[in-house]
Amino acid sequence: MTNLLYSEIEDELRDGVRRALDDTCPWTDVLAGTEKDEPYDAAAWRAVAGRLGCAGLPVPEERGGAGASWRETAVVMEELGRAVAPVPFLSSAVLATAALLAAERSAGDAAGGDLLAELAEGEKIAVLAVPFSTAPGDQLGTTVGVEGGTLTGRVTSVADGMAADVLLVPAPGGLYAVDAADARRTPVTSLDMTRRLCDVALPSVPARRVAEGEAAARAALVTGAAMLASEQLGLAERCLEITVEHLKTRYQFGRPVGSYQGLKHRLADLWTSIAQARAVARYAAACVAVGDPDTDVAVALAQAHCSAVAVKAAEECVQMHGGIGFTWEHPAHLYLKRAKSAAIALGTPDRHRASLARLVDLPSA
Amino acid sequence: MSPAPPDAEDLRERVRSFLADHDPSAMDRLEFLRARFDAGLAWVHYPPGLGGLGAPRALQPVVDEEFAAAGAPRNDPERNAIGLGMAAPTILAHGTEEQKKRFLRPLWTGEEIWCQLFSEPGAGSDLAALATRAVRDGGHWIVNGQKVWTSMAHEARWAILVARTDPDVPKHRGLTYFVCDMTAPGVEVRPLRQITGEAEFNEVFLTDVRIPDEHRLGAVGEGWRVATTTLMNERVAIGGNAAGREDGMIGVVARLWRERPELRTPGLHDALLRLWVEAEAARLTGERLRQQLAAGAPGPEGSAVKLAFARLNQEISGLELELLGEDGLRYDDWTMRRPTRVDFTRRSPGYRFLRAKGNSIEGGTSEILRNIIAERVLGLPGEIRVDKDVAWKDLPK
Ligand SMILES: Cc1cc2nc3c(=O)[nH]c(=O)nc-3n(C[C@H](O)[C@H](O)[C@H](O)COP(=O)(O)OP(=O)(O)OC[C@H]3O[C@@H](n4cnc5c(N)ncnc54)[C@H](O)[C@@H]3O)c2cc1C
Repeated sequence: MTNLLYSEIEDELRDGVRRALDDTCPWTDVLAGTEKDEPYDAAAWRAVAGRLGCAGLPVPEERGGAGASWRETAVVMEELGRAVAPVPFLSSAVLATAALLAAERSAGDAAGGDLLAELAEGEKIAVLAVPFSTAPGDQLGTTVGVEGGTLTGRVTSVADGMAADVLLVPAPGGLYAVDAADARRTPVTSLDMTRRLCDVALPSVPARRVAEGEAAARAALVTGAAMLASEQLGLAERCLEITVEHLKTRYQFGRPVGSYQGLKHRLADLWTSIAQARAVARYAAACVAVGDPDTDVAVALAQAHCSAVAVKAAEECVQMHGGIGFTWEHPAHLYLKRAKSAAIALGTPDRHRASLARLVDLPSA
Repeated sequence: MSPAPPDAEDLRERVRSFLADHDPSAMDRLEFLRARFDAGLAWVHYPPGLGGLGAPRALQPVVDEEFAAAGAPRNDPERNAIGLGMAAPTILAHGTEEQKKRFLRPLWTGEEIWCQLFSEPGAGSDLAALATRAVRDGGHWIVNGQKVWTSMAHEARWAILVARTDPDVPKHRGLTYFVCDMTAPGVEVRPLRQITGEAEFNEVFLTDVRIPDEHRLGAVGEGWRVATTTLMNERVAIGGNAAGREDGMIGVVARLWRERPELRTPGLHDALLRLWVEAEAARLTGERLRQQLAAGAPGPEGSAVKLAFARLNQEISGLELELLGEDGLRYDDWTMRRPTRVDFTRRSPGYRFLRAKGNSIEGGTSEILRNIIAERVLGLPGEIRVDKDVAWKDLPK
């Protein structure tokens, strides 16, 4: 059976990332950042992607990466979720990187060019130009046309698009790399301002094909969905922690509110779902790391479960903080907005359950 | 220095050479099981001489698979769940050398079935409030009281028993833990019929039962500490069987769904998929818990597994009845029976639906488990304890 535990190396990696994020993006900075123009936190990105080398974890050493795997990447995602870190890690170090890795696997050469190494080092940021709500099984590239080495069309709601140097655009015939400066990008006021969206217009923009067909983009979405589950896990854990701390110190009716069973039992249930989220997220990460035949099931399962757990955790966090949990000055809303957006991102739980119905042969009525 | 514990290859080798000397098809079943125990190939993580080899617990499947492949007889663990899951680890942790030698072998082979004399009419969740009295009489203890909901007492040769030896101190402090001979004079077992129609559990009346002091487990007054070992193992035992995808209740419903397209509706489809996801998440959580145990770092996830297992079994079996529609209105048999093993997935859908209701009561109710998680895992403040410093005899009953 697949190993679902964390290794010592992963524990160390976690400590390093947590310290870096504590230093570079405490939640007060994250909150302030949501009202600034910068599309992401450059200092946190430099620390995690550059200094700690996390962006290159799944990339082989000979291609400029660390030669680890998606398992370790998943641990980084947990930490990023805990911190609601406003960095384009999921977009660049997961989705775009997974697309280029898949392209290289099928093309058998350095199809990603220098870009893969640049992403691995955190020097450049690339994003997969699809609406962030796209599920792994959705049709891709339907709003973009290809003509004589250029792309024309529109892609809406692209996550971290404003942060990108390069857009990887699915279009008929394959996956194309476009210089982000050539595209017209319009920032979107997003529900989750810690991972902002933009609308992308491509008016006959020069493009280079990096992969044929849809396989690379699809592999990226599957990997992305698996990694997102770990982010959701980290977020849920943090919400539970904050809430437990609050319930221990907040007194009403002469007792800590955490002594009331009405609240204790809900948190016990939440903890139980988080324990399950950890098992399914670890399983999904382990499956994508080795290309296990059970990957599609593992990923759909992880998304169907973890999305709901993260939203529940953030909602309980708001509710159990009472009035203070409803204020802009408290971090709960950062988690709530991230959790709800993440639940829609890369396929809603319902879409993933629909995939499971196909995958495990439980056909609809 | 003691030799290094055996690894998987050593174990396979030992099983093979054991099988070379003990042909399962040519031997008496019990003789075979006893020899397997004596060879240290029963529960490999137990110490040498007590059925094990001090090997990592994670290697047990290696041994079980080898024996299964050779067509060796099983020790039929479903018949002795309480013995294997609760009595054995408690005896191992708190028993004297003599007690371990006396009890563990016939327990493992299934020659002696065990039951758990803990709950009483006045003490279920609040087990420490129990009233059964044990009074010292020379080298013996005289026990009087009533136990209830005792599963498999009608099958059991031995019981683990908690009784009050000092009523003048607060409830947790006055308890002592015993092994009780179910064939001793004064032990009376009466069937207690359940909502399923059968009687898997019992009332047990103890009238002047004499227990030799050699059958005390742990020190006098230390019963609560010993019982805690039992209860922790109970939660692991109830929720934590190794399982493959769709092995449990969800598999029964999934197969029904595949075989009977005419029963399908959109609402039930959605409900089924949600439960499938939850069942698989719970299964993987159990698997992760086992990996933690095997790595020597048990987490508190045991409570989570038990909590989830109870709710899932109830919801899945409820869904099964609705899916069946008209057939869900029928029941197989209300006759009062005396089962000898517990298997939640056997018999009819109606039985499964009813039996699953016990899953959130037996082995600590789901509410008590939530208290435990909230307090011990999350560190939230404890319940208000009005009985903490009061002598047991002065508590309101
Ligand atoms: C199928 C089955 C098999 C069993 N087998 C055995 C056995 O072999 N041996 C044995 O000793 N016992 C056995 N039991 C008994 C079982 O352990 C008890 O029924 C259980 O611990 C609950 O105790 P109780 O029935 O007295 O309920 P109570 O403790 O009276 O509980 C009543 C209700 O109050 C809730 N409650 C109680 N205290 C609290 C609290 N502090 N906070 C919140 N809610 C609370 C409970 O959750 C429950 O909903 C078995 C029970 C069943 C159903």
